[in-house]
Amino acid sequence: MIELDVAFRLDRGNFTLDVAFTAPGLGITGLFGRSGCGKTSILRCVAGLERAAGHCRLDGETWQDDAKGIFLKTHRRPIGYVFQEASLFAHLSVRDNLKYGMRRVPASEHQIAFDEVVDLLGIRQHLERAPSGLSGGERQRVSIARALLTSPRLLLMDEPLSALDHASKQDILPYLERLHDTLRIPVLYVSHAPDEVARLADRIVLMRDGQVQAIGSATEILSRLDLPLAQDTEASALIEGRVQSHDDNYDLTRVAIPGGTLTVGRLDQATESRIRLRIHARDVSIAIRKPETSSILNVLPARIVEMQEIDRSHLLVKLCTAGEPHPPLLARITRYSRDRLKLEPGQEVFAQVKAVALMD
Amino acid sequence: MTLNLEPLWLTLKLASLTTFVLLVIGTPIAWWLSQTRSRMKQVVATLVALPLVLPPTVLGFYLLLLLGPAGPIGKLTEALGLGTLPFTFPGLVVGSVIYSLPFLVQPAHNAFEAIGSRPLEVAATLRASPLDRFFSVALPLALPGLLSGGILAFAHTVGEFGVILMIGGNIPGETKVLSIAIYDHVESLEWTQAHWLAGGMVLFAFLVVLSMNLLGQRMRQIGQD
Repeated sequence: MIELDVAFRLDRGNFTLDVAFTAPGLGITGLFGRSGCGKTSILRCVAGLERAAGHCRLDGETWQDDAKGIFLKTHRRPIGYVFQEASLFAHLSVRDNLKYGMRRVPASEHQIAFDEVVDLLGIRQHLERAPSGLSGGERQRVSIARALLTSPRLLLMDEPLSALDHASKQDILPYLERLHDTLRIPVLYVSHAPDEVARLADRIVLMRDGQVQAIGSATEILSRLDLPLAQDTEASALIEGRVQSHDDNYDLTRVAIPGGTLTVGRLDQATESRIRLRIHARDVSIAIRKPETSSILNVLPARIVEMQEIDRSHLLVKLCTAGEPHPPLLARITRYSRDRLKLEPGQEVFAQVKAVALMD
Repeated sequence: MTLNLEPLWLTLKLASLTTFVLLVIGTPIAWWLSQTRSRMKQVVATLVALPLVLPPTVLGFYLLLLLGPAGPIGKLTEALGLGTLPFTFPGLVVGSVIYSLPFLVQPAHNAFEAIGSRPLEVAATLRASPLDRFFSVALPLALPGLLSGGILAFAHTVGEFGVILMIGGNIPGETKVLSIAIYDHVESLEWTQAHWLAGGMVLFAFLVVLSMNLLGQRMRQIGQD
């Protein structure tokens, strides 16, 4: 199993970075935190663009180890790096940009075919153009493809969407999700947008003031009420499910989740396929008795685990669903409702889920 | 009237050779200045800029001493069997290179700095070694700056007078370049010949500055893309 193992210490007067963590060899590890908390510095240290004290290993191969005096230069590390701005070479066509890194890797180490990547990112029609003629989203797709074509063993992405407008972001997210399913390499994904992290990350490293505040699976970190992700207006929980059946008459899909089923608008997924669903806290309400006469289809038995006020009028309720392994749900309700329903931790209730989003 | 064109060809030969030598030695200096964090950076940048403010006669005077038979470089060239450089064409090239150095190095330095560190970092993450990065990224991106530096250095060498008079003198076919020839014609009251050469210089200068401006405009357009 490929595993990334890093420890960095950096002291720059008013900023101190001191982190150590490991990331699994598959899937996306989100480095999440506010601007200036050191997320980008970690990525730059892993790439060797900056040098902090410590070590950096991938799958037992050492890229940096101060104790042994090892420090591999950036161009000797098998990484792919996607910067915040696409940073395409202005003097080269899209095709030559794509081939720049590919040409510098021995053919015997090529893992990903040119045509495959070009199609995966939907940039075939732009190959002969100059980078200046592309939109922001298209440029960023080219820069992702360019990084992938070096057949990296670790992909580093530094807020690849933050310089894009909303439409370009929506345009590029499906491609990133596709990468997540297709690539068999680990990805370190830096972001300060909770929405991106929730959509993409399998694991989250939560950063604060140059230190790791929390680390764990996305499901766990997203639903921890003491951490900032749950306090965001986009707060949400992730639930793994299995497509059970499609209802052609009403154009609906039934998804089996631990402890129940969810009925959602028709999904383009084969039955039995495993999917990841995201449920926003603002789309979940709480009932004491099972509502019999509601337009809301999805009502799940659940138990209140924890409650936390997020402002003077609202609070966040962490629920745990009935079935193993009890995936958590978040509900955002008013303080008034809590007092009226006399909700308290440990209580058995029903969670009414108004909307569900498919993640991949 | 007979117009001797030998000074013109000599001038073009001197300016071309000087520009070539400058591109070869000035480009690495400009690259070093744009990348280094050394404390020597400002000292080197100042030395390179010195010919801009020194009177050409001062530069010529010290070059004469250094390159002459009693000077350290003169002794070296004599020991190598090359003879001494003053009052020879190679001597003029050495003088012109030093005199025009800032005209190449400063635009080239600015062009390299304008690239910023990002394209070079990107190239490093795409497996390009430092030398590879210089040739495949820095040089092509800085090309307009190098080109305008080359044109400036060429034009500046064509217009050189003081340094040449000091270390080259007035030897037909060897060191008698255009500016010296014009001076000669005026001294001997050959106004027609002086007019032809001087008028040609004005036209040449106009074309050089015009091409620089057009190049600058294109660079700004590319920059906006």
